[in-house]
Amino acid sequence: MFQIRIHGRGGQGVVTAAELLSIAAFEEGQHAHAFPTFGSERTGAPVTSFCRIDQSPIRSREPISAPDALIVQDPTLLHQVDLFAGLGDDGYVLINSTRSFGDLGLEEFARRFRPERLLTVPATDIAREHLGRPLPNTVLLGGFSSLSGAVSIDSVAKAIRAKFKGSVADANVVAAEKAHEYVQRERTELAAHA
Amino acid sequence: MRKQEEGSRAVAEAVALCRPQVISAYPISPQTHIVEHLSDMVRTGEIDPCEYLMVESEFAAMSAAIGASAAGSRAYTATASQGLLYMVEALYNASGLGLPIVMTVANRAIGAPINIWNDHSDSMSQRDSGWIQLYAETNQEALDMHIQAFRIAEQVSLPVMVCMDGFILTHAYEEVDIPDQAQVDSFLPPFEARQLLDPADPVTIGAMVGPEAFFEVKYLAHAKQMQAMDLIPEVAGGFASVFGRESGGLLRCYRTDDAETIVVALGSVLGTIEEAIDELREQGVRIGAVSLKSFRPFPLAEVREALGHAKRVVVLEKTLAVGIGGVASANVRTALSGIQLNGYTVIAGLGGRSITKESLLRLFEAAGRDELKPLNFLDLKTDIVDRELARVHASGPSGPHEENILRDIGVVAAEAH
Amino acid sequence: MPDPPEQEVKLYQAGTFVVGNRLLDPDERSVQARTERSNTLTSGHRACQGCGEALGARYTLDAAMRATDGQLVATNATGCLEVFSTPYPESSWQLPWIHSLFGNAPAVASGVAAALRAQGREEVRVIGQGGDGGTLDIGFACLSGMFERNDDVLFVCYDNEAYMNTGVQRSSATPPAARTSNTKPLGGQPGNVFGKGKNAPLIAMAHEIPYVATATVAELRDLEAKVERAMQIRGARYLHVFVPCPLGWGSASHDTIRLARLVKETGLFPVFEAEDGEVTGVSKIRRRVPVEEYLKLQKRYAHLFGDPPNTKVIAQIQARADRNIRNFGLLPEDGEGADLPGEAGDIAGASPGAPDPVEEAEGETNLMRLLASTPPGPQ
Repeated sequence: MFQIRIHGRGGQGVVTAAELLSIAAFEEGQHAHAFPTFGSERTGAPVTSFCRIDQSPIRSREPISAPDALIVQDPTLLHQVDLFAGLGDDGYVLINSTRSFGDLGLEEFARRFRPERLLTVPATDIAREHLGRPLPNTVLLGGFSSLSGAVSIDSVAKAIRAKFKGSVADANVVAAEKAHEYVQRERTELAAHA
Repeated sequence: MRKQEEGSRAVAEAVALCRPQVISAYPISPQTHIVEHLSDMVRTGEIDPCEYLMVESEFAAMSAAIGASAAGSRAYTATASQGLLYMVEALYNASGLGLPIVMTVANRAIGAPINIWNDHSDSMSQRDSGWIQLYAETNQEALDMHIQAFRIAEQVSLPVMVCMDGFILTHAYEEVDIPDQAQVDSFLPPFEARQLLDPADPVTIGAMVGPEAFFEVKYLAHAKQMQAMDLIPEVAGGFASVFGRESGGLLRCYRTDDAETIVVALGSVLGTIEEAIDELREQGVRIGAVSLKSFRPFPLAEVREALGHAKRVVVLEKTLAVGIGGVASANVRTALSGIQLNGYTVIAGLGGRSITKESLLRLFEAAGRDELKPLNFLDLKTDIVDRELARVHASGPSGPHEENILRDIGVVAAEAH
Repeated sequence: MPDPPEQEVKLYQAGTFVVGNRLLDPDERSVQARTERSNTLTSGHRACQGCGEALGARYTLDAAMRATDGQLVATNATGCLEVFSTPYPESSWQLPWIHSLFGNAPAVASGVAAALRAQGREEVRVIGQGGDGGTLDIGFACLSGMFERNDDVLFVCYDNEAYMNTGVQRSSATPPAARTSNTKPLGGQPGNVFGKGKNAPLIAMAHEIPYVATATVAELRDLEAKVERAMQIRGARYLHVFVPCPLGWGSASHDTIRLARLVKETGLFPVFEAEDGEVTGVSKIRRRVPVEEYLKLQKRYAHLFGDPPNTKVIAQIQARADRNIRNFGLLPEDGEGADLPGEAGDIAGASPGAPDPVEEAEGETNLMRLLASTPPGPQ
């Protein structure tokens, strides 16, 4: 089983991100479960969503306390909420930021983990460029598919098209692919320097 | 057709396939997505003919369903928590009049304090209302149960509520197989009302019945639920032949045949419970679970048969009957009357508090050593409540507990909520 | 020899549209005068002698059945009408009828209408009914919801101004100063307080529904006509019928119709029609009377007529009547039958310096003018 936890704020599409991830996994013939925890307030409050992916049917209904991967849609949560709780040493972390892990004040923290699995991607900027809105969720999924390989970029694209229509879907697919490329490049660079 | 979609949407699609003619809707978290999807489907003509009434309260929602059903239309509504309570008078009216209304209850805690997250206090509070109550473990079962519910309701002339855990199921994206219209039509024939408001043959519905006849009328409602006890597994069997999967029925046993410890629960928590059971089984522990699907009528004989051979029974429930303890456990105890075994009640998950596999493992292990009390509270922060109780004891009446707890633990922390 | 001057003969009997009037065109005769009437609320029910509600319901439903060719379904709130008509195993209803709860008759009616629409049977119409308690208080939210959605329902409120079936407790329709079981003239308070009131017909009009009307059981043909008019219209409609309750009001059972007539003639109960939120017609007062003539027939106001009489409160009640007359234009324009008998200031016995409610009404009082006035024209 592969467990992903997504953190962000209300209005950033955190819940949708988990749903899309689950659809992407479904498209690949896997079982997937996505669900949120949230308050009844609307925008701005911290929101966490979860996605479990597995080859066999998923039965667990509890929140993910030991994630294999984290996606952080809003870096302002970084030093406010314990985002990394339960993350295993082999965990993947993808943070929406123009800055590096070091510049985010996470260098110390990052030492526990495998460096090639911790990346940032400027998802908001990519989103602004391709969607005209600072909505980073699909972008991050594109990056995530490269980072973790949990789902392919094609499946991410399929999921986007399942949920969105027309030009909105197109734009989101392009943005996701851009992030996918970006992360590919990052990983290649990291591997080269390793 | 296999899809990956939100539970609410799957339920809405299932309800649509049942060809309801009148849907009355009042929104309440966490049922909103169900009634929103249904509204869309009525607008686009996917459900046709169908009148969608946006009513002014849950009381009106059930009342409109009563009128519609009495006038011969298949009627549906959905609610949760406070909304269910607001329509209580109408719930009793619907069952008393024998109207086959189907309603989704997206299980949610009842305030005060106001809380939108999942537990079973809402539907459990209405267990005596005369409605048939079914509990779904998964979104697949939730959608399947709605299809079965219409058939059960119309055959036995009683309303049915299908209970599914709010947020945990309603807002979860999982794989579901949505049947096609032809399948549902073959399983669920058009509604034929037993009593009908029809100018061609006028009847009076809702007369005042005095002491000379009320008892008999009420008893007949109970008798009908007893009939439903036979009908529910029959319908589930029929469902399996048409749709090719097991769904519904009175209860489901998981690894109980040789179990010494059996856990009883309702709804989605069974998934996490099964994971814990599998882990313990790997260690050689003889443990199993029973998932209650029909809470009303309560399958006394089936429960007795499933549990009777165990050494101990742990009933894990998401309801607290303030002043006594468990609700489901009391009903289970009735089923086990005369049988010697250790019975434990565990109140868990109130107000949406997560039930984790880790906690369950600890719980089941303690149960195995018979170290549980008769009444237990899973993951209750006992230090906080003990301090609050001590404060009240020392200083007398002292305002709302919520306020005091905050003062006790200090400034509100930005922890997960 | 010149021809005698032509006299305009006013047939008084025709003017009042009494039941069974042989001088009327057949079309204008009361439904009750016809042998083919539905008897929708048939005999054998348990209403009190002189029950205004039973009378009103019988007229209303037979008119509605005639207007719809018998294609009618009724929903009924809990209350006197429901209780006295359906003591299991008997029922007085000869139409499809459902009683659900106290507060939901409008919502049940909405559900029935929706079902009929979904079944493609819109020729079958829906009528909801309830007393003032069930309609104005506990059922108000459902009523407003039905109005707002413009559901195709005629809702009829039989207003006897209190919760009669449970022992005469006050409702939001209970008029000021009236005695009820929980608004007794005790401790310095003469009956129900002078609140702002809850004017259901005006509230219905504020929803801008297609048709709103008020009626009384004194003008039964008018009531029937309004029901017939209502049934010609689709959408939400509201009919508020004033129905005296001899038991609850402490009035003689033979005074029911008289009281209904007096409540209109005092101006206390405006009789009018409205469409889409605007008044379209007012039933003028024929012979105006001071409120005392109405009040003193009811024991629920007996505490106002002690020794000495509570002239202050009576004046306040009179002022309300005067206000209605002004606001709705209840008096005929040419001043016929307009004025109260007696001198200004006589009737209410208002204290010196206080505003004279009688003077606020139109014109001077003139008993001689009243006695000399010609009979009123047709409505």
